[in-house]
Amino acid sequence: MRLANTSVAVSDERAHTAQSLSGDAYATFIHDLYVEFLIMDSHHSYSQVKGVSTGTTILAVKFNGGVIIGSDSRASMGESYVSSKTINKLIQVHDRIFCCIAGSLADAQAVTKMAKFQLSFHSIQMESPPLVKAAASIMRELCYNNKEELQAGFITAGWDRKKGPQIYVVSLGGMLLSQPYTIGGSGSTYIYGYVDAKFKPDMSLEEATQFSTNALALAMGRDNVSGGVVHLVVITEAEVKHVVVPGNKLPKFHDE
Amino acid sequence: MSEELFPEPEWLSEEVKTGTTIIAVTFDGGVVLGSDSRVSAGESVVNRVMNKLSPLHDKIYCALSGSAADAQTIAEIVNYQLDCIKHEEDDPLVCSAATLVKNISYKYKEELSAHLIVAGWDRKKGGQVYATLNGLLSRQPFAIGGSGSFYINGFVDAEYRKNMTKRESQEFVVNALTLAMGRDGSSGGVAYVVTIDKDGAEEKCVLGNELPKFFDE
Repeated sequence: MRLANTSVAVSDERAHTAQSLSGDAYATFIHDLYVEFLIMDSHHSYSQVKGVSTGTTILAVKFNGGVIIGSDSRASMGESYVSSKTINKLIQVHDRIFCCIAGSLADAQAVTKMAKFQLSFHSIQMESPPLVKAAASIMRELCYNNKEELQAGFITAGWDRKKGPQIYVVSLGGMLLSQPYTIGGSGSTYIYGYVDAKFKPDMSLEEATQFSTNALALAMGRDNVSGGVVHLVVITEAEVKHVVVPGNKLPKFHDE
Repeated sequence: MSEELFPEPEWLSEEVKTGTTIIAVTFDGGVVLGSDSRVSAGESVVNRVMNKLSPLHDKIYCALSGSAADAQTIAEIVNYQLDCIKHEEDDPLVCSAATLVKNISYKYKEELSAHLIVAGWDRKKGGQVYATLNGLLSRQPFAIGGSGSFYINGFVDAEYRKNMTKRESQEFVVNALTLAMGRDGSSGGVAYVVTIDKDGAEEKCVLGNELPKFFDE
């Protein structure tokens, strides 16, 4: 049974119950959650899914041998209510391809679900894992053809056999661009200077991790709709690793 | 008839804003101020070499941002007021200059839209930087302002260290300005840098091709 790898906020009690489960009981719990999500989905009502719009900070950076894609974890409604402190905005659309979204969470979830489906179908037809560019093109088609209704931008990053690590950004109107590093979301304006100054091509994994964590921490420090923890996903040929840096372990800067 | 064929260019009726990047940093023994040089009216650049660092006194300068007319007027008024006050010692305090700027900004808050950063050196407290946004007076180790400053918030937070040397502060200021000019459409041109310490103020202009280069250039 394939599970939808999208973010759904659950209440604290449920999250606690989930932690105490194991094995079959846990699988049943997740299955029930998924069914609930499908039911909510079929009613086209996202009001029960917390996090209507993501003021956010997202970034992706290429390093020697892979890519790191990262985001903060805050979802806000309006400018003053934090509807979720721990949402995961990094969505896996295939084994080695991840997406992160900025803009309306509802639009983003709809587009990524459709993209995931099309991508898995495409990879079955081609009998090989899809190219990162293919994933990005699917997102671009969806964004461009529905540009009136949608309000979301995407960063697609991953690894494939043909070109290795790549990052593509699909902006609001449907432009597709390939870049060695990219930032997005409301918090990104504050870190343009920092990433321009600090990025070097062919960094090592440690340097790239430090670079991403610092950039996200700086943005979260200045943007009030970004915050929470830092989610990083490291994608290389060998593996996909999800790293979470909690608030108290974030790097501190001069005024803290 | 001639109005329809040749409509008046927009920039004649747009307000002239400095749409800028300004920064001031204290170091051990003085301050360094920096600014870009672009003045825009709507979408046009009406002056590409304006020096936005205005002297208020021998060892006190201010950096202008916001509406060009408002900022220049405030600087001239405070320059005059500082000259009027009789000083027992030679130098007026930086705090006094900043307070004079703040008084004008606060009293005429509704009419004016300018943000000045006041920085200088005096015998009592050494190098100081004051931000006077909208009538607030706040002493800070460094301050940034203007439209381009949003893009370098992360950079200055990460790179600022206490007790830098004069050389390091100058590099810090030039780097910050370059990064902001690279991303903000309303900032550009050359970088003006003024260093103030106990010996006086030293003005320098860093031309476009002498600015540091970062990854994508």
